[in-house]
Amino acid sequence: MKILVCIKQVPDLESRFKINAQGTWFEETDLAWRMNEYDEYAVEQAVLLKEQVGEADITILSVGADRVVETIKKALAMGGDRGVHVRDAHSYEKDPFEIASIIAEYARDKGYDLIFMGMQSQDRGSAQVGVLVGEMLGVSVLTTLVRFECDGQRVRAERELEGGLRAKVSAPIPALVTCQLGLNKPRYPTLPNIMKAKKKEIQTVEVGDLLKANARIETIGMYPPVRKGGGLILEGDVSDLAERLLGILKEKTTVIR
Amino acid sequence: MKALLVGEFRDGKILPATYELLTFAAKLGAETVMFLAGREDMLPHYGGKLYLADVSSVGEFNPDGHKGLISQVVEKEKPDMVVFSHSSYGWDLAPRVGLALGAGILSEVVEVEAGGEFVVPACNAKLRRRLKPKTPVTVVTLQAGAFAAASTMEESPVVEKMGGGSEVKVTFDGYVMAEKAEVDLGKAEVIVSAGRGIGKPENLALVTALAQALGGEFAASRPVVDAGWADHSRQVGTTGQSVAPKLYMACGISGAIQHLAGMKKSDFIVAINTDRDAPIGEIADVLVVADLKQFLPVFTAKVQAG
Ligand SMILES: Cc1cc2nc3c(=O)[nH]c(=O)nc-3n(C[C@H](O)[C@H](O)[C@H](O)COP(=O)(O)OP(=O)(O)OC[C@H]3O[C@@H](n4cnc5c(N)ncnc54)[C@H](O)[C@@H]3O)c2cc1C
Ligand SMILES: Nc1ncnc2c1ncn2[C@@H]1O[C@H](COP(=O)(O)O)[C@@H](O)[C@H]1O
Repeated sequence: MKILVCIKQVPDLESRFKINAQGTWFEETDLAWRMNEYDEYAVEQAVLLKEQVGEADITILSVGADRVVETIKKALAMGGDRGVHVRDAHSYEKDPFEIASIIAEYARDKGYDLIFMGMQSQDRGSAQVGVLVGEMLGVSVLTTLVRFECDGQRVRAERELEGGLRAKVSAPIPALVTCQLGLNKPRYPTLPNIMKAKKKEIQTVEVGDLLKANARIETIGMYPPVRKGGGLILEGDVSDLAERLLGILKEKTTVIR
Repeated sequence: MKALLVGEFRDGKILPATYELLTFAAKLGAETVMFLAGREDMLPHYGGKLYLADVSSVGEFNPDGHKGLISQVVEKEKPDMVVFSHSSYGWDLAPRVGLALGAGILSEVVEVEAGGEFVVPACNAKLRRRLKPKTPVTVVTLQAGAFAAASTMEESPVVEKMGGGSEVKVTFDGYVMAEKAEVDLGKAEVIVSAGRGIGKPENLALVTALAQALGGEFAASRPVVDAGWADHSRQVGTTGQSVAPKLYMACGISGAIQHLAGMKKSDFIVAINTDRDAPIGEIADVLVVADLKQFLPVFTAKVQAG
C-alpha cells in the first residue's frame, strides 16, 4: 500500500506575532515552529494503518522553507518511511489553490492508495488544501474524520458534525482523508526512532518544478484585530491577584457567598 | 451582484445557519437565489427562488452529488458568488464546488469590506487577513455567528425542483450520536473549565478543587477531552455542550472560536492565562495573567476562607 501524508509546519500559537514589513503576513523570525496539530493525527493514522496491513510505504511531504525539514524528521521518527521537502521560502504567500496544485502535481501518477492530511492548518485554517488535492487527483475525499478504517478496498469512517453528532461515511480507495482532532492518540517519537529517522531519505524538490497554477486569492493585508472587549486585565503578584479577583466576583456576581 | 446561497438541512431540519447566509447577502447588497437539498413540506423562510433537491433521493450528506446539483444551478443562474456556512457541510463542499467552477475560495469569512475585500481570521483569531478574490466567480464560507440571522421572516420561496444522479464516490451510511451525557453542564451556575494549559492530567485537580469550592461543575476544552483526561460530556464548544452559567472560569484555554461558541453567553467570564494576547481576552470580563499552577491553589484557598 502506498501512502502519502502532507504536513505543514506552523508557528507556536502562543507566540507574540508581529506583522512583516509588507503588511501581509507575520514576521517569521523569533518564532518557535512545530507540526500542525491536525497533521499529527494524519501521520499517526498512516502509521497505524501500516502497522495493520504490514506492507506499506509512507511518504511524508511538506511544502515550505528549509526549516520544515525539522518537522518532516519528526514525522519520520513517528514512523514515516521517506520524506519529500518541496522547497519554497515563499509558501506563506501562496493561496490554498496554489499549495494544493503543487501537492497534486507531485502526487499525480505516483499511485498513492491513501493520502492523509489535516482538516485544517492552525495558522491559515482554510480547511481547503486537502479537499482540493483530492478533487484535483479525482480520488474519493472524506473530511473531518474522527474514526478511520480501511480494508484495502474501501475506507469506512466517521466524520464529525456539530454538537456531538457524527456521520458514518465510506468510499472506495484511492482516497484522500482529512483528520480531525481526537482521531487517534499521536505517538511521541522514541529516542531509538529519532535516531533511525536520521538515516531516512529526504528528497528535495524545488517548488518551481511543481507549480503550474496561478493564485486565485490575493492577500491585501494582515493585522491584529482591534480589541473590542473592554475586559479588565489583571497582572502582578499571585496572592494579590487572587485577592483582587475575589473582590471583583463578590461585587459583580452572585455566586460567591 | 448575485449570490447563490447554499442552505443546510440535517436530520430532518433546516439548520438556522442557513439564515445567516441571508444576512451576509443583505450586507453585500446582493440579489439572491438559494439551493437546498431538503424537503418540500419543510421550506425555508425565504422569499426568493429556491432550487430544491429532494433529500430522500439525493441524501443529506452527499458531497459528490450536491456538487453536481450546485454546478447546475450556477450554470443557470450565473451568480458572482456561492455562499456556504463554514460548517462540517460547508467546509467539505465549498472547495469541491470552488474547484469545479474555477473560483477563488475564501474560508471562514467574518466581515465584508468595501472594494470586494473579505476578512478572515488567522492564528487562532490572534490575527486577521484581508483577502480579495482574483476570479470572476468566488466561493465563500461564513464563520458561524459572524453574520447573525435576522428574526425569521414569514416568507416562502418560489420553488424549482431538481433531481439528478451523478457519480457518487462518498456514501453516507447514517448518523451516530455521541454517548449520553453523564453530566448536564447546563444546570451549573458556576463552571470552571480546564484547557491544555493545565499541562498534565494531575493538574486537573486544581480546576476540580476550585469548581468544588465554588459549588459548581468542572468542564474542559477539547484537547483535554481528546487526551482522555476528562469525559466528552464535559467538553464545551461547537462539538460539545453549550453553556451559559453565571460564572465561567477558563483556565489555560486560549479561546478558539469553536470553544467560544459554547460559552460566550455566560454572564461573567474570567480567564486565567499566561498569554496576555490570548484571544479569550476578547470576551473575558477579567483576564488574569498568571500561571494557573500558581494562581489556582491560592485563589481556591481564598474562596474557601470566604
Ligand atoms: C470543527 C472543530 C470543532 C471543534 N470543537 C471544539 C469544541 O467543541 N471545544 C473546544 O474546546 N475546542 C474545539 N475545537 C478545537 C479548537 O479549535 C482549539 O484547538 C481548542 O479549543 C484549544 O483548546 P485550548 O484552549 O485548551 O488549548 P490551546 O489553544 O493550546 O491553549 C492553551 C492555552 O493555555 C495557556 N497556558 C499555557 N500554560 C499555561 C499555564 N501554566 N497557566 C495558564 N495558562 C497557560 C496558553 O497561553 C494558551 O492560551 C474544535 C476544532 C475544530 C476544527
Ligand atoms: N505547506 C504545506 N505543506 C504540506 N501540506 C500542507 C501545507 N499546507 C497545508 N497542507 C495540508 O493541508 C491541510 C489543510 O490546510 P489548510 O487548507 O491550510 O487549512 C493541512 O492540515 C496539511 O495536511
